Amino acid sequence: MSSNDPAKPSRLDPEPVPRRDFLGKASLWAAAATGVFATLGIARLPKAAVLSSPSRKFKVTLPENLPEGQAFVPPGRSVALFRDKEGVHAVSIVCTHLGCIVKPSATGFDCPCHGSRFAADGAVTKGPAPAPLPWRKVTVDGSDCMVDEDASVPPGTKA
Amino acid sequence: MVVLAPPPEQHGALRRFFANLRATPARVKDSAFRGGKPDTDRTRSTFVFGNVFLHLHPVRTHRWSLRWTATMGLGIASLAAFLITLITGVLLMFYYKPHPAIAYDSMKDIAFVVPTGNLIRNIHRWAANVMVLTVILHMARAFYTGAYRAPREFNWLIGMGLLVLTLGLSFTGYLLPWDQLAYWAITIGANIAQSPREVTDALGLTETFDIGGLQKLLLLGSDTVGEEALIRFYLLHVMILPLGLVALLSVHFWRIRKDGGLVRPVDADRRLGPVHAADYPVFTEEPRKTYQLAAVVRGKSGAVARGPENTVPSMPHLFYAELAVTMLTIAICVALALVSDAPLKELANPQVPENPAKAPWYFLGLQELVAYSAFMGGVGIPGIVLLGLGLIPYLDREKDGTGEWFGGPGGKELVLQALFVGFGAALAIEAFAIRYGWLREWIPDIPQLWITVFNPGTVLTAIYAAYSIWLVKRHQSTRAGALGLFTCFLCGFVLLTVVGVWFRGPNWDFYWSPSDWPGH
Repeated sequence: MSSNDPAKPSRLDPEPVPRRDFLGKASLWAAAATGVFATLGIARLPKAAVLSSPSRKFKVTLPENLPEGQAFVPPGRSVALFRDKEGVHAVSIVCTHLGCIVKPSATGFDCPCHGSRFAADGAVTKGPAPAPLPWRKVTVDGSDCMVDEDASVPPGTKA
Repeated sequence: MVVLAPPPEQHGALRRFFANLRATPARVKDSAFRGGKPDTDRTRSTFVFGNVFLHLHPVRTHRWSLRWTATMGLGIASLAAFLITLITGVLLMFYYKPHPAIAYDSMKDIAFVVPTGNLIRNIHRWAANVMVLTVILHMARAFYTGAYRAPREFNWLIGMGLLVLTLGLSFTGYLLPWDQLAYWAITIGANIAQSPREVTDALGLTETFDIGGLQKLLLLGSDTVGEEALIRFYLLHVMILPLGLVALLSVHFWRIRKDGGLVRPVDADRRLGPVHAADYPVFTEEPRKTYQLAAVVRGKSGAVARGPENTVPSMPHLFYAELAVTMLTIAICVALALVSDAPLKELANPQVPENPAKAPWYFLGLQELVAYSAFMGGVGIPGIVLLGLGLIPYLDREKDGTGEWFGGPGGKELVLQALFVGFGAALAIEAFAIRYGWLREWIPDIPQLWITVFNPGTVLTAIYAAYSIWLVKRHQSTRAGALGLFTCFLCGFVLLTVVGVWFRGPNWDFYWSPSDWPGH
């Protein structure tokens, strides 16, 4: 009889992992793995590889008679351009607090949303803004200026 | 197959056909409503458990739950407001187009071209406002009557989830008109999501761990509020959040029943006194056979060992009360919609912020805090509040005062005192900050981290926490501390909201009245 032969297990012998247990466990693990992979895949979706934001590099010609200390904001852009004897510089006009557009004023910049005030060089003088307004990169080419809103330069850098 | 039936009569089949045709309306009714008229105890029961929409209700309701002061109908009013927004929202979707180029135009169409469009939009807006209000009041009711206590702890957490979803629905709906109000409120909201940068910048971690930037990116799908942001907010507003809300609502209702019905004092039966058979027909018919709805519920069940003496059939007593509250909510929303138009400002202009740019009223308390520190006001303190609310049922394991308004050690006097402390502290700190400014004005070069940790919002939170700890010691009761803390935060919320709504003008400066605002 084969069942008496210890080397040859009979199909009547108990299985190491019962079939029902195997099926149950396999389904559980499959479900768990599917859940993990599906979640990871879904989590990747909302962050696109390329953002649809417009280019933030632009060319602008400053008005001939722009007085020293007077801000020039190119239409549709979020930087204020200044020209003095040392050259041209650009200060971001997006408030570092919560993203409102600050208004150039006699003392520097005022934010309409939560009352932050900035000095002419962008330093915070009042209100909740956590950081100074950053300066943006400007390159002068004849009468034209190239402004890159994505590149910051240390305050005081003029071109 | 051998047909055993007798051969049909000559004209019988046709006669039977017409007889069946005549009987069809009655039979359709019988097959749809199997229980018959709900005029006996038995048919009233089947009316509830035989109906898929009603069976989340118990078959019989305790008389205590039907008292006006037990709930004030706030939960049902919230549900009614949600259903109103659901129906009016679907109607608005016929015309609304979620793209920046045409969203504002479609709002104008709804307001001026579509028959009843403006009224439907007004009702939607007002019902959303009513829902936020009733959800907050409902939460206060559950807190003050101790309804969060065991075995209802988990349902309190579900309720918190519902509060967050309600606020999320309101916030996402705010962007859709694509007017100035919407654009700048969402710009501010998205930057609040980015505000953890305030901390990571101060610690120099932003390069490696920019959780704030990621949150903003996921919310807007871009760097700025544009078409990606609009479609995301639309998707959240009409699909993701409502589905989540409905799912949580179902659990919320189900758990009310499974946790033993609405909360009531242990001696509710004695206090209600004997039942007047004429008022509350408890058993309207002589039971011909003993029947009861028995369920074996594992764990602690609030429903065991209570006789039916003080319960009445849910149909009609509970359902008519619920219907009354629903109709009242609809009446209020429609009345408000008729007298007050939902605002629609000029087309969104990314170059010129609205001044002042105000969020909807229920976020103005937070905006007031945000005007001191973006991270603490927008993320830190709301997070602390939610954590505290979630912990309450697990820390307060007491029994004293369950089911009573302001029940527990200290009671009404404690809540009254907490009202003074809560309002007083908030008023004092606001007045101080408005009059004297804060750290940035005194020491311009102070590191931002100091302001993030130490600002009017965190000071107020610390005062409330200290007061609450003192209450725990004084009354030797966690419930006393919770009563004080909840009341204080409610006071702080109300006061900051009032300041934000009526006393803040251009540049978020303090003004006694909008008539003092400078022209701009």
